[in-house]
Amino acid sequence: MPITKEYLKEIEEKALKAKDKKALYGPDINLEKYTQYIERGKIESLESLSRQVKEAAILTGINLEEKERSGSYMQIDQSVVYESLNKSYEGQLEIMSTTDALNKYDWMEEYFWKAVPVDMDKYTSQVALNMTHGYFIRVFANQKPQYPVQSCLLVAENYVSQNVHNIIIVEEGAELQVITGCSLSKNDAEGIHLGISEFYIKKGGKLFFTMIHNWADNFHVRPRTKIIIEEDGSFINNYVLLKPVKSIQSFPVAHLKGDRSSAKFNTVIYGLKDSYIDLGSRIILEGEDTRGESIARTIGADESVIYSRGDLIAKTKGYCLAHLDCRGIIFSKKAKIFAIPELVSEGSMKSELSHEASIGPIAEEQVEYLMSRGISKDDAVSVITSGFLNLDIPFIPEFLDKNIKEVIKATAKDAL
Amino acid sequence: MEEMLRTEDLWVSIGERQVLKGVYFSMNYGEINVLFGPNGAGKTTLMMTLMGFPKYRVEQGKIYFKGEDITHLDLYERARLGLGISFQRPPTVKGVSLEKLIGIINTNGRSKEYLDSIIEKLNLSRHMQRGLNDGFSGGEMKRSELLQLMVQRPDLVLIDEPESGVDIENIALVGEAINSLLGKDKVKDKKRSAIIITHTGYILDFVNADKGYIVFDGKLLCRGNPRDILSEIKKHGYRRCAECR
Repeated sequence: MPITKEYLKEIEEKALKAKDKKALYGPDINLEKYTQYIERGKIESLESLSRQVKEAAILTGINLEEKERSGSYMQIDQSVVYESLNKSYEGQLEIMSTTDALNKYDWMEEYFWKAVPVDMDKYTSQVALNMTHGYFIRVFANQKPQYPVQSCLLVAENYVSQNVHNIIIVEEGAELQVITGCSLSKNDAEGIHLGISEFYIKKGGKLFFTMIHNWADNFHVRPRTKIIIEEDGSFINNYVLLKPVKSIQSFPVAHLKGDRSSAKFNTVIYGLKDSYIDLGSRIILEGEDTRGESIARTIGADESVIYSRGDLIAKTKGYCLAHLDCRGIIFSKKAKIFAIPELVSEGSMKSELSHEASIGPIAEEQVEYLMSRGISKDDAVSVITSGFLNLDIPFIPEFLDKNIKEVIKATAKDAL
Repeated sequence: MEEMLRTEDLWVSIGERQVLKGVYFSMNYGEINVLFGPNGAGKTTLMMTLMGFPKYRVEQGKIYFKGEDITHLDLYERARLGLGISFQRPPTVKGVSLEKLIGIINTNGRSKEYLDSIIEKLNLSRHMQRGLNDGFSGGEMKRSELLQLMVQRPDLVLIDEPESGVDIENIALVGEAINSLLGKDKVKDKKRSAIIITHTGYILDFVNADKGYIVFDGKLLCRGNPRDILSEIKKHGYRRCAECR
């Protein structure tokens, strides 16, 4: 049974009120520019995609043969072109578009726009009023699929506003890994990606989520994400941005509601060209004995401007422990990095919150040390930079790793 | 024996400070030379200058290695020519594991079995996954330095205070590793050579050094048998050097 019309009406009314509401951070985007709508048909397999689309997908960690994947979801512009579940995982999890899930399950009312406020800003409003699918992934209680689900949200045309609403539900005692790649198949495409992500991790559940963003010079991105974690649940997030973007602003929130729940954010940002990047993570520690960690590694190259935010908010009456580690390297005289850590304790007498933040150049003594071992200067800078970014993410193919190294090599020359 | 290294009238400054003031030094292939001297005399400066660290500016003079003028070659080029160094206090490089660095510098394609055997011998198995020198003790740093050099295999090794921060038990291990690095544990390697800086002389119990020098106020003085020099220093300190300048 589908979600009720009354609930959808309620959402719409709230969204309409926020239609012109500016976001707290990031440049304000005129959404009226992005009106292009393209309807696309389904494909039989990921292998049948065009060469350009395949290349873009591969660079976000997508495995076209679907080897070592429990399922796949792909969307190009506004259309869902592919959904599949590996047969051996039937009964363990389900994958479909959020639109289909809203038509199938009336209980989606408990999840749809329940974590992220619909009236947060004009971008949440736009997604609510003009939603163009998004993925819905649910792993059933106590199921632990061995391989990750992969999803790819791709933009192929100009002036598109891709307005996706993603929902992941990890039921009690279940574990799920997700690799999601967001990308463009045209390097000069102008457009915007708006992504609402609401993730729910039930008692004892575990979600390991990796997101790779490959955008381009004329593209704006405004994700809005909240993760609600119940008792004994855990959430690990890896986020990687290694390509230029016109502007991106996102501040995902992990809400540790349940006792003994935990969240960890690993964020890797490589600022290139004149990218405007405002990214961070917020962890709200409400349950007792909760743990949070947020690690950000940022490189400012070319003329990029990067805001690296991190908030830890303790609300629990019991013990909680959380740490922020925010480090940046400046590669260029024209780049800017702002590291903004914030610790808040709301009467949380037993909370232990800490942070360390640093921004500096690449250390010459480290480069010289490696050179004295017979490593060239460029290679030494590249090795140190890769180590600083510490991109050790499971299930990420080698060529992505190679691509990352090439980016580092191309820009690291200006570092010293 | 053929000459391996020579410096001629070497004047070196660090920032505004003149540290080396005309160093004439030469050594042959296969030799182990030891540098003694008080703190601040210029021992480490000489070593770092030979290796080519840019902070050590050559104001005057020349350095020849294997017959080639290397005075203006950079660190990387000197390392490729066959110079190597074991730092007294190497920098920490978080994120780059010892294992990763060994993989990169293993350009000679040494077998995994060989690498595993020297890693075990140097008691570094548990350190391979850690960031370079990240939280390493003094002894662990020295052993890590020697491991790297054993893979790099330089013809001339510059070893800055191998015993500093190392407990007595580990000095023997460090000494053995130096001998192994120089091929002295087997049939004498005629080519591999070393310059070692020592304050305490403990390392001389394990390494059979050929010549000793005292570095004093930026100059090289008192060439002789390293054990005799050490025994003089123990008796009279470095006062004699000042007197016989």
